[in-house]
Amino acid sequence: MGRTEARKRKLLVIGNGMAGARTVEEILARGGAEQFDITVFGEEPYGNYNRILLSNVLSGTQDPSEIFLNSLNWYAEKGIELRAGVRADVIARPHKAIHCDDGNWYQYDNLIIATGSRPSIPPIAALRRANGEFRPGIFVFRTLDDCHKIAEYAAKCRRAAVIGGGLLGLEAARGLLNHGLAVHVVHLMGHLMEQQLDPQAAAILRRTIEAMGIQVHLKKLTKAALGDDQVTGLAFEDGATLDCDMIVVATGITPNAEIGSRWGLVTERAIVVDDHMRTSDPEIYAVGECAQHRGRVYGLVAPLWEQTKVLADQITGTNPDATYQGSKLATKLKVMGVELVSMGVVEPDRENEDVVQFMEPRRGIYKKLVIRDGRLAGGIMLGDVSKAAYLMQAFDRDIRLPDEWLSLLFDTGAPTAEVTFAEMPDSVQICNCNGVSKGTIVRCVGGGKRSLKSVMETTRAGTGCGSCKTLVGELVEWACGGRVEDDPSVHYYVPDIPLTKTELVKAVRDRSLKSVSAVYQALADGKDEPAGKPGLASLLKIIWGDEYQDERDARFINDRVHANIQNDGTFSVVPRIYGGVTSPAELRRIADVAEKYHARMVKITGGQRIDILGIRKQDLPYVWRDLGMPSGHAYTKAFRTCKTCVGTDFCRYGLGDSVQLGIKIEKRFQGIESPHKMKLAASGCPRNCAEATVKDLGAVAVENGWQIYVGGAAGSTVRAGDLLATVKTHEEVLTLMGRFIQYYRENARYAERTYSFVQRLGIERVRAILIEDCEGEVARLDREVEAAVAAYRDPWLERSKPYEPTQFAEAGRVENHAGEFAADAVH
Amino acid sequence: MPSTDSHGKEESVWVPAGTIEQIPVGQGRCVLTGARQIALFRLRSGEVYALDAVCPHRGGPLAEGLVGRETVICPLHAFKFSLRDGRGLDNDFSVKSYPVELRDGNLFVGFPAGDGPHTVADGGA
Repeated sequence: MGRTEARKRKLLVIGNGMAGARTVEEILARGGAEQFDITVFGEEPYGNYNRILLSNVLSGTQDPSEIFLNSLNWYAEKGIELRAGVRADVIARPHKAIHCDDGNWYQYDNLIIATGSRPSIPPIAALRRANGEFRPGIFVFRTLDDCHKIAEYAAKCRRAAVIGGGLLGLEAARGLLNHGLAVHVVHLMGHLMEQQLDPQAAAILRRTIEAMGIQVHLKKLTKAALGDDQVTGLAFEDGATLDCDMIVVATGITPNAEIGSRWGLVTERAIVVDDHMRTSDPEIYAVGECAQHRGRVYGLVAPLWEQTKVLADQITGTNPDATYQGSKLATKLKVMGVELVSMGVVEPDRENEDVVQFMEPRRGIYKKLVIRDGRLAGGIMLGDVSKAAYLMQAFDRDIRLPDEWLSLLFDTGAPTAEVTFAEMPDSVQICNCNGVSKGTIVRCVGGGKRSLKSVMETTRAGTGCGSCKTLVGELVEWACGGRVEDDPSVHYYVPDIPLTKTELVKAVRDRSLKSVSAVYQALADGKDEPAGKPGLASLLKIIWGDEYQDERDARFINDRVHANIQNDGTFSVVPRIYGGVTSPAELRRIADVAEKYHARMVKITGGQRIDILGIRKQDLPYVWRDLGMPSGHAYTKAFRTCKTCVGTDFCRYGLGDSVQLGIKIEKRFQGIESPHKMKLAASGCPRNCAEATVKDLGAVAVENGWQIYVGGAAGSTVRAGDLLATVKTHEEVLTLMGRFIQYYRENARYAERTYSFVQRLGIERVRAILIEDCEGEVARLDREVEAAVAAYRDPWLERSKPYEPTQFAEAGRVENHAGEFAADAVH
Repeated sequence: MPSTDSHGKEESVWVPAGTIEQIPVGQGRCVLTGARQIALFRLRSGEVYALDAVCPHRGGPLAEGLVGRETVICPLHAFKFSLRDGRGLDNDFSVKSYPVELRDGNLFVGFPAGDGPHTVADGGA
């Protein structure tokens, strides 16, 4: 048979259960109607229904019509031929055709086998009549027809026995209970639902369901059904019997794989498929409970959904790279109204597995998590599944769990962001600077961006103040299902130079690269990536000190004009006010300047300084001249301020002279550049009015000395600083602070605040290096910071000697301003 | 005064935009050409580019941005634009770009003849 481009391929699907129908839907969703003429064969004379809800039908809580997924009309609308009530019995692979019990042959180009499974019946005597049919009162529980028959028969009965205490058996028991029967569950194993539960959870479940009126019989091997024709009871291996007038056998399933084995497809427990869901015949696929993938046959719905997607991607050619890697088993279900989640390993089986467990049998609540290497290996939630959504995601996607485990089981006040990703509505804003929502990030990941960097580039999330970057990273990891692409460039110190900080420092030293452009020339073929320039400049300055060759194009605008750019393109001016102590004369000058240059606002800052806002760039040199004060460095990654309280000068509680200490600190470290800004404080007593414990560096006076705190923060991140040391004198405070500053300058990542740096290293390590001198670096650090202090020069002096003629040029008037900027010389 | 020149691909009006020396190497500066503010960028490679001066996102001054080989980053919110064609690189905005000529140290920006420099650009200050 010749195939032309115009002819659609003929696709036959054997099986119209959840797998078959879902596969067809997935194929249609990929434009499969253009490629295929599709015929579906279903043994049951219905459209497709949700088998999971059969127990609701049995219990009467749902009408059969409510559980249909696809009505017969749906097939017609989609142009799919449905052969309901038709069973395929031959696959003639050489002819690419199947034969059905309607007597017809059907040709295929591709064939999908989705025959599902059937109840497996244990060897119990006297279940069937001589003709092989079940005796009256004996049922299996698999199809809508089974439901109808059980319900019909139950009306005449008083006592029912369900053989099988697994999920299906308990579902059947619940259904029967609603029909007003006394229900007994007979189970071979030592506890109920041994696939999903550990003994403790099963015991609690048993207690709960027995309270509902179901009797549970464990460790019972059923030998025979009693009664002549009508059922009257069960006989067990141990000699006991149980009276009942109907029996539902729910002891597991057997894949309907015979159609595969009989017609030459490789079949073991089920029809063997590869990662593309192909059987040993490449034109034939298998999916669902009749398929065996990597040795496993899945009887739950979630793996089936994953399989159908891959199959559809493959057969339509939509994504030839799609593979099915197997599923992790997690189920959320309601057993007799008891909510239950079970996933993965429910009993720890390795030494390195931790168990977090909570039990409250009286209320029917049990929670258990098995944690391996910080990730969820499995767990059980019974009776309270409020935390299940996150946990199931964490399990399925292998997400790293938070360090604090209590909140995994309970809502303990404010939940951490990590715990709530799954429950978090898509509309929640993650990046507050750029207004990026959870949904946008998740969609971006769904669109193929699988690294933090690419998501940040695409959505801009995390590119504002950067404080949400960790959260964005976690969200990306969550959305990727743990399969984040490791983008090597995230380890680069700057983009476009494929070197980590350590490697870069070595290259810079080895090749004596002293300017940003020299680095790009030598290491990136001259390709200077603008986003990387300031970070590189910061690094070079720390490496080379005086020898660093300053290039102003490597500076952010703030560092070119020594002021902080505002949203309207004007600048803010914060003069240095050492320790926050000013004077009437200084205040008068500030007031005059604010008026003269039409400042839009004069504001006291959080760091106890005065901010003059709304200054035009071209006025900056004149403003500085009129102020006659040094730069307060409020615009750059450097030492910013040292906030103080009045201490012993005035305060009746004062223990230490915090004002003088603050002034000394500020005079010493002003303008010292660092990977990120440093905000300091000095408090005169433990009441800590200057809030020194939430500063990058803080000193708190105590009786006979000063405590030094490092790594505190109270901005976008809040962190209490760690106590570095307690010392006696101001001078010792200055020495230790300087040592820390230099160590931070040399070792932090660019734009890494001290709170992150100290947390990353751990305070013990910081102490070991800076106090105990375990690396023998202390003397050198002290020398280096001394050199940095000595090199300080007030950048505002450029008012009289601009670095470049058009450094402060008014926008739009460049050509008229050249040479006019020696502010001290004009006027 | 503007002069019509035939060096451009289409008829362009070439408007003087100051001297190259006014733009430090590797930086940008904003110049007023006619009624329009133009951001001129002088790269370390020697190339000069011209874009409309105002970032279409929130009105940031593009001339103050960090400049790399083919990119300028707006100083306000770090939106990136191509220096070659003004296309947003990580955003859906774009700014107009203009041809630039350097003659004896003097810069000239080419405006399309029908869209002369005396038309105030959208969002122009």
